[in-house]
Amino acid sequence: MGEKVLMRGNEVIAEAAIRAGCQCYFAYPITPQAELLEHMAENMPRLGRTFVQAESELAAISMVYGAASVGVRTMTSSSSPGISLKQEGISYLAGSSLPAVIVNVVRGGPGLGDIAPSQCDYFQATKGGGHGDYHMIVLGPSTVPEAGTLTMLAFDLADKYRTPVMILADGMLGQMMEPVDLPDPVDITTLPKKEWATTGAKGRDPNIILSFDLDPEVLKQMNLELQRRYRKIERDEVRYEEAQTEDAQIVIAAYGTTARIAKTVLRMARDEGIKLGLFRPITLWPFPYEALKKLSQRVQTVLTVEMSAGQMWEDVRLAVAERADTPFYGEMGGVVPTPRGILNEVKKYAH
Amino acid sequence: MPTDLDNMVKVFSRPKSLTDVRSTYCPGCQHGILTRIIGQTIDELEIAERTVIIAPVGCSVFAYLWYRCDAVQVAHGRASAVATGIKRADPKLIVLSYQGDGDFASIGTAESIHAANRGENITVIFVNNQVYGMTGGEMAPTSLVGQKTTTTPGGRDAALFGYPIRFSEMIAQLDAPVYVTRQALYDTKRIIDTTKAIKKAFTNQVEGKGYSLVEVLSTCPTNWHMKPVEASKHIADVVTKVYPLGDLVDRG
Repeated sequence: MGEKVLMRGNEVIAEAAIRAGCQCYFAYPITPQAELLEHMAENMPRLGRTFVQAESELAAISMVYGAASVGVRTMTSSSSPGISLKQEGISYLAGSSLPAVIVNVVRGGPGLGDIAPSQCDYFQATKGGGHGDYHMIVLGPSTVPEAGTLTMLAFDLADKYRTPVMILADGMLGQMMEPVDLPDPVDITTLPKKEWATTGAKGRDPNIILSFDLDPEVLKQMNLELQRRYRKIERDEVRYEEAQTEDAQIVIAAYGTTARIAKTVLRMARDEGIKLGLFRPITLWPFPYEALKKLSQRVQTVLTVEMSAGQMWEDVRLAVAERADTPFYGEMGGVVPTPRGILNEVKKYAH
Repeated sequence: MPTDLDNMVKVFSRPKSLTDVRSTYCPGCQHGILTRIIGQTIDELEIAERTVIIAPVGCSVFAYLWYRCDAVQVAHGRASAVATGIKRADPKLIVLSYQGDGDFASIGTAESIHAANRGENITVIFVNNQVYGMTGGEMAPTSLVGQKTTTTPGGRDAALFGYPIRFSEMIAQLDAPVYVTRQALYDTKRIIDTTKAIKKAFTNQVEGKGYSLVEVLSTCPTNWHMKPVEASKHIADVVTKVYPLGDLVDRG
């Protein structure tokens, strides 16, 4: 630690992946995450690691699938339209219990949308995205330094649970520069050995990686095993932050860039005597339902703020139920909400 | 008292790298011959302990059951991309991407061409039986003009559905591949030729030479509605006219 540098979010995610021991990175260029690809292109070969610019997002995620089956730490990154293409591979990774990290630097959608920051891929990330009954762990960094620490964490969680993990960032985080304390590199020789990997059947029975069985009873058991793992993740890996919630009457529920803006709103509201707090999910899946439920018992209003039409809002309402009011304020299409705009919304509920 | 049996020598047996799991292929299907050739080659080159078999989507989806080797089952069309990921992650592994014509020459077109163009040091076996076998005999990109399938009941009309795609010839246009060949299995000579081609394709990989592709013309008696012998004859008499046999590239 102590290596403080000024870096762009995309580069911090790339550098953190390298320091987490990512051995193979595969991706296809797309704005606003191109710097991530470029940082990997420059640094992975220098370290004797693999960088391949794939012919498509489908190919990139399939290369990740191959590298993950051999047991190395591996990652791909993209932005919204490209992430849609990766859904096939993500479903296969989940079905085959392969660890991998996928970065989505979200931009405005749907369709080609634009290249401005957005949070419109929350449903896709947290509710499945591809086909089949699966989840992946979804981490929502709020600052550039946190994008680094959560990327490191993503690799650990992926290995621990043999699951794909997504970093759900946005164009703002990807492009913004901030001073960062780069984390120390992981010594990959100290990581637990992946006995299941297809490293060659020498002195053991063959290892088979698959998400397939034609017998419904067998496939049901494979699904139940995934579900057991998901319940364990829900129990052990929920992460969130609360700010100034002790005396709050109104709480903003927000993640990522929006939560960061909300922190400015907290100061502004407090200056005006409004008792405002912030609830910030860090794991978007598993969502911190219990923590928010508890918090909702002692506030009047939970105002969800997102750069979307209200996607995390559904999870907030599930957690809060009827215990508090649950209004929503959002911007779409790559428009970033301003602190003043959010404060005006907050004031509607301040009595 | 010694008997004749005591003097017998075993000259032919199942390759060590093949399991005794019962085949899922239809009678008369030539995937079985190919599986045996691959097993034999893996034995001869003594690479079973470092080989990874890629089982695609299609009739050969169960390929992970046939070999005493590590195996990875993959999404439809992505076999060559997954092979890239495996080989790049550990270049010591010997990677076989075993793909059908729908997989390799239709839904995986981009992955197939670009793995070849990067010169990935892998072995691809591309089984061309001109039909989608697993799903019920639909048109493949390789189906012949006039061929009746369940999606071309009146026969493949080139004006509507294009022509049989000579994919290996397309791959042969690229600079990187070291070996591109088309073989068949309709008689003993072709089986011997295919065996040689597959050995060369694996040897190239073992020696680090680069990308090798063996296209194999294969029968599908079930979906062609032919008897096995008739199907073999159809390959010899008709299919090889559209897909000529022989080496297209040999830079080994």
